[in-house]
Order: sequence, then C-alpha cells, then structure tokens
Amino acid sequence: MMSSIRKEMRKKKINTFIKSYKSNRMGMIGGTILIIFIMVSLIGPIILPFNTMKFGEADNVLKPPSKEHILGTDDLGRDVFRNLLAGGRISLMVGIFATIISMFLGTAVGIISGYIGNKTDIVLMRITDFFLVIPWLPLVLVLAAILGTSIWNIILVIGLTSWAGTARVVRSQTLSVKERPFIERIRAIGADDKTIMMRHILPNVFPLVFANTILVTAVAILSETTLSFLGLGDVTRSSWGMMLHYAFQSGAASTGAYWYFLPPGICVVLVVLAFTFLGYSFDEILNPKLRRR
Amino acid sequence: MALLRVNNLKTYFQISAGIVKAVDDVSFVLNKGESMGLVGESGCGKTTTALSINKLLPQEGKIVSGEIFLEEKNILKLNDSEIKKIRWNDISMIFQGAMNALNPVMKIGDQIAEAIILHKKVSYKEAIEKSEELFKLVELEPKRISNYPHEFSGGMKQRAMIAMALACDPKLIIADEPTTALDVMVQAQILNLLDKLRKEVNMGLILISHNLSILGETCDKIAVMYAGKIVELGNVEDIYNNNMHPYTNKLLSSFPNIHKEKKIPEPIDGIPPDLINPPSGCRFHPRCLYAENICKEKEPEMIKINENHNYSCHFGGIFNE
Amino acid sequence: MPGDPLAMIMRNPKASAEVVEKTKELFGLGQSWYIQFFIYFKNLLTGDLGLSFQYKKPVIEIIIQKIIPTVVMVGLAEILAIIIGMLLGVISAWKRGTKIDVIALSFSLITYSMPTFWLGIILISIFSISLRLFPTSGMFTPGKTFYSTIMLIKDGASHLFLPVLALSLVLIGEYAITMRNTLLDVLTEDYMTTVKAKGFDDNYIIKKHAIPNAMLPMITIIAINLGLTIGGTIQIETIFSWPGIGRLMYEALNNRDYPMLQGIFLLITISVILANLIADIMYSYLDPRVKS
Repeated sequence: MMSSIRKEMRKKKINTFIKSYKSNRMGMIGGTILIIFIMVSLIGPIILPFNTMKFGEADNVLKPPSKEHILGTDDLGRDVFRNLLAGGRISLMVGIFATIISMFLGTAVGIISGYIGNKTDIVLMRITDFFLVIPWLPLVLVLAAILGTSIWNIILVIGLTSWAGTARVVRSQTLSVKERPFIERIRAIGADDKTIMMRHILPNVFPLVFANTILVTAVAILSETTLSFLGLGDVTRSSWGMMLHYAFQSGAASTGAYWYFLPPGICVVLVVLAFTFLGYSFDEILNPKLRRR
Repeated sequence: MALLRVNNLKTYFQISAGIVKAVDDVSFVLNKGESMGLVGESGCGKTTTALSINKLLPQEGKIVSGEIFLEEKNILKLNDSEIKKIRWNDISMIFQGAMNALNPVMKIGDQIAEAIILHKKVSYKEAIEKSEELFKLVELEPKRISNYPHEFSGGMKQRAMIAMALACDPKLIIADEPTTALDVMVQAQILNLLDKLRKEVNMGLILISHNLSILGETCDKIAVMYAGKIVELGNVEDIYNNNMHPYTNKLLSSFPNIHKEKKIPEPIDGIPPDLINPPSGCRFHPRCLYAENICKEKEPEMIKINENHNYSCHFGGIFNE
Repeated sequence: MPGDPLAMIMRNPKASAEVVEKTKELFGLGQSWYIQFFIYFKNLLTGDLGLSFQYKKPVIEIIIQKIIPTVVMVGLAEILAIIIGMLLGVISAWKRGTKIDVIALSFSLITYSMPTFWLGIILISIFSISLRLFPTSGMFTPGKTFYSTIMLIKDGASHLFLPVLALSLVLIGEYAITMRNTLLDVLTEDYMTTVKAKGFDDNYIIKKHAIPNAMLPMITIIAINLGLTIGGTIQIETIFSWPGIGRLMYEALNNRDYPMLQGIFLLITISVILANLIADIMYSYLDPRVKS
C-alpha cells in the first residue's frame, strides 16, 4: 500500500523533472551536444577506425586538411579525423568512469560522515579537507607517477582525487535531512543505521548528487586531458589529451599545424561545456532556491 | 477616502512547472488608522498580497490584473521612480524576525538611518539621532544602534525592525508574521508595542499571520485567505462570534479555548491545495466537511451579510446547525 | 616516494662517487626510516633541502632562483583576473538574463572549460606565429645584451605578455562565475527584500548591501585559489618555457628528481597554508559576526 503511493510520487517527481528540464534551454543545449558526441564516439570509430600503430609515409606527415584526410595528418602521418573519433571514446570513458569512482566515494563519505557524526565525522572530514586543500595537479602528478600511467590507473587517480568536494556537499545535505522528523520516527520503529542511510538519506540526497555528478564529469574529462598533455597519460590510447600532447611535442603550434591542435581542444571544450550546462540546469531544477537564478 | 483599496488583485508566478495562481482575485479596503489582520495557512497568498501592494515581487511574479489604490494614487500605474518614493515613506514593512531580514554586515543604526536619509534628505548625523529616538520608542537601548544584527536576540531584532518601519512616518505598515518564532511572552510584548505606536500616530496596519488567536487583540477587522482567495472578511467580533465560512470556523476551533469545554481540537483534513491546478469550484471543497456537489462545480459568490462582513460559501453557517 | 634514489643516481653515469657518497650520507639512505625522517627534519630546520639529482646543486638554491619568475607571472595574472573577473561577475549578476550576462557568462564558461595549456597553445599560434607580436618562450631573449634597464623591461614585458594573458583568461572565467554565483546567492537573501522595500535604486542596493556580503565568501575563495594556482602554473610554464617553479616541478617529475620534488612540495604546502591563513584573517576582519 505504502510503496505504491511511493511509486506514484516518484513517477510524478520524474515527470515534473522532465517537464522542467525540457523548458530549460541551457540544459537542452548541453544534453543535445552530449548525445551527439556520445553517438559519434560510439559509432564513429566503427565506420572510420583508427589504428595507432599504422604510421603513414614520411612525406605524409603534418599535412593540412585535404580531400583524403578531412583534418589533415599528424606527426606520424596518421589521419587526424579518425584519431579524433577514437579519442572521443577514450576521453569520455575516462571521464565517466573516474566520475563514478569519485561520486561513489564522495557520497559514501558524505553520508556516513554526516549521519554517524562524532569521531567518525571528525576523522572523515579531516581526510576530506586534506584532499580539498592540496593543490590538485601536484597530487595527481605524484599519484600518477607512483601508480603508472595505464588507462585504468589514470581513471583511478582522477577518481581518488576529486571526491572531496562531493563529500562536503553531500555531508551538509545529509545533516539537514537528518534533522527531518521522519528520520526520528523511522529510528523509533527500530531501523538500523545502514538501512536508514541507504533507504532514507540516500534518496533524499540523490538529486544533489545527480547534479553534482554531471559537473564532476566535466572536471574529470579536463583532468584526463591535462594529464595526458603533461605526458602522464596512457600512451597506448590516443585520447584527445594525448593528441594534444603529441601535437605540442612535434611543434604543431610553431609550425602552424592548426588542424592538429585545434580539433581535439575544441572537442574537449564542447564536451566539458555540455556537461557543465547540463549540470547547471539540473542544479537549477532540483534545487528550488537556485530556481530564481 | 480610504487609505488602501485593493480591487480584484491577481498575482501569478511563472515557474518551470507552470503558473502558480498565488493571489487570485483579492479585494479589501483599509481605512485610515485601521488595522486589518490577514490570516491563512502557509502558501495561501498572504505574503504575496503584501508584496504586491509594494510591488516587491520577485522576477517570476507578476500582477496580472486588478487595482491597488493608496489614498488617491493608483499604485499599479506608477513608474519605477515614483514607486520608490512611496516605498518606506508611505508604506513600510516588518518582516518575520526569524528571517534574515537585516543585513548581517551593516550596523542596525545605519540600516535605519539610510532609509531616513533617502526619503527625508537629512544629514547622516540627524538620521542617526532619529534612529536613537526610534530605539527609545521601541524600548531598546539607544546606544545599541551601533550593534550588528547578530548581537540582538530575536525579540530585540523584531523591535529594531519596528523602529525601522516607523523611521519615515509611513501611512501604512505591513507586518508579515512579526511574532512567529518568538516565545509567547515576547509575542505579547511586540503586539502591544505595535498596537500602541500605531494608535499614537494613527497609522494603518496590515497584520499577517497564520495564527488567528493573536489577531483578535490588535485588529479591527480580519480577512481570511485560502488558496489565493479571501473566503471571509469582517470585523473582529463578526469573525470570532458570527463566522460563516467553514474554513474560518475550523481555524477558530483549532485553538483550545480556556473557557469552553476541554477537548482536543480537530485538525483540518487533507493537504494544502495545488496553486497551479487549484481545485474546481470552491477551492476548499476537498477538505470541507460539508461539501456537496455544487461546491465541486461552481465557485461560490461573495455574499454580503452586512456593511463590513462578507464571505464566499454555498452553505454559509452550516456548521451552526 | 618510490624508487631507490641510490639506484637512480647509480644509473646516471655522470654521478661521481663523491656525489653518491654525499647523497647517501645526507639522506641517511641505508639507515632505518625514522632516522631518515629525523635527518630530513634536521636539515629542514637549517634550510637544507638536499641536493637536486638533476642540477647537482642544493635544492633550495634552485628553488629560490625560480620563485621570482613564477611570482611575477602569477602575481600579475591574478591581479588582472581578480579585478576583471569580479567586475564581470558583478555585471553578470546585476544584469542577469540580459545580453551582457549571456555574453559574459558564455565567455567565462568557455575559458573555464578550456584546458589551460590549450589556451596557451592557441595564443602562441595566433600571437607568436601568425602575428609575430610576441616571443614564444622564455623570460628574456637568450644571448641578448641589455644596454639599459628600459631595454630589459621591454624585453621582459614582451615575454611576460602571453603567459600572463593565458593564465589570467582562465582565472577571469573562474572568478567571474564565482562572483556571479555568490552575488546571486546574496540577492536571494531576505534582507535584500528589506532594502528593496525601502525604495533604493538597484545601483545602491548592489553596491552597499549585496557586494559587501558577497565579498565574504569571495575573499576566501580567492585566497584559497591562490594556493591552488600551481596547477595552472605548471601548464603555462611548460608551454611557454617559463623558468619558474611550475616548469621545475614538471622536469623534476620526469627526471625522478626526488629531493627537488620534496622541496617543491614543501613550498606548495607552505604557500597553501599561508594562503588559508591570510584568508582566515581577512575574513575575520570583514565579517562582524566573527570579529567578536
């Protein structure tokens, strides 16, 4: 009986959300761009595959756009456009997976810290502060240097260094949800901490987490790009960041090979913007006070 | 001439989920020196009505139709700079003390003085002197005008806000929940203060509250609002002793009466109405014990019992039977 | 830090036996870890940060050399960014929803979404290569004799221009968005309705009531951000071959120069702590709720 009312309310909430989203221009633009990129990244490399190992002939190096290569060739004579398509997959994949790790950690720490309180809270918050205050890039550089630069390590590194902000935000939301009367009632009925956190705090914190996730993904993608550029990326995978790395190394900037260093950067900017737009719009919709913004 | 006349005011809010009909055809008259209570549950449109009078609505809010007259001036026809001259000078407001209604990084005295300087064109020194006098008036230590809001208690902040509201000798004060979140003793003090000061200068007062019991002492007449409409309007005696609308009746009976028999007051069933898609016909019908089919189909007209008392219900006074 | 430094030095054919022995002694390598830790602290207190593997000179010497270029570049960029960024943010928030807001917001969002290094590359390509207006790298033209201070300043300024531009563009975006959001937050506060009810102009409301309140979180954010700018610095200095701490760190990482890295990390830690301290002090100065 109760759960069917719950389902009704949930359906109603989702419908209201979708309606609000459709009327939010920023969110729609972001969502559209994202869908285009995801589709192209999934299908593109299948139609126009890119082989990192297949080098071109020596005189085909760094050639400007032509009929054969719409975006010219890179410093190894490979087709830039195909590289771009393949790169999308990697950049997006790293961004999304790293974010999953980050959100998981951040939400868990935030809820546990906020709900349990006392010593656990103090300890967890000190750790969170540590990760928050330390400049991100040096920390990541060190971790990457230690763990190595395979793609999964990069994902891990980015995930492990970006959860602190989420933890803080989730914790303060948890604190306010904790004060709501229904929590006390449920505790009186005899529910244990774990159940309360999973089935009651989490759903109430979820909208915030959701909007936050999108924004963190944007940062994760930027992070991977920067790491790869600095030489700490996975050399076997040609993400957009790696493309920029080699572009710089081969002096594309000084020789004016704009077709090499512009497209990957533009793609990153567009994708990051898309995620940011989407995240902001979700924030606006799900956070009533922000609606006035 | 009446001090304030509101005719068929409609104020709607445009949000992403739809249009909220916060105030939907509200009319009343306030005479010089009169005090009116505006009562109803949270979300019924009281605050929106108040903000409409001063044209202080947020971006999403719009006065869709109706008229508001302050003496002879048509408020809705005034342009931006004219309205700014009226604000605080003719109509001032007192907000809920528990709210963050005072700027936390500015001294309270300065916050009062700035209004005086703006409207009365006096020097800072004179404005500060006036602020000290105002503090004396509300029984606060004059030296404390150089304090910051966080250094005041809830009750003191409320008094400070009353002082601020009186700063430019306005014709009308709108007090929105001035005593909510204060303890009962302080509540009584604040209300008495407000009443006393108002009568001294013969000011009009609109007192907004969701608590009907506090309005009885300080108000000459009371307007009961529900779902954006006024469902009953009348003198204090009429509302207390001769109310005709079931909602008014329920509101009154939800306060335990010391003199009458001891029983637990019954709550009003149901949930607050959706103002984007309000109930059809009479908006109270889903929660009314006496609702019939006509209540669902047809919106009741305003019925006048006497000069000052009217209500809108198909079955006025049915609870007396 | 992983990797046996001794092994690394040994691998370096140029390392003389002397250096190896001295390093071994200095680091207490071969002794237990808590003795190493103790030695480290003792050295720290006397300003001895060890020897750099790359440069074969004391770490602290190198760091001191490279601090000034970074401070000059970052300092200029931050000042520019703070002023312009906050101004942009205020205008954006005030004229929210209008064309100016959309343009300012778009600009800020785009620079914020850009990888810092990429912006640097684009600037080089436009200004250095195509327009030949500015040099691509370094702080001064190598091998040039400077006959006067003015010449020195002119040369330095032309080298300074692009790195500062790149860094400040990125920061402007960030500060503008933060200021806008902070200000919008403040504008939804209840006391803003009170001020409006008094009949003041928007101009007065924003200047006298909104901005003073918005500055509180802004100061904290700016101060903390100063400590974090090292991330952007590494990228900019690498692109422009700017002889500062950022590039030093990048090289040290690639060459596994651990003493250098430790030294730089110490520096970063100190500046972050300092920045936070300054933020706390300024905040308590500005917020009357904290003063008492």
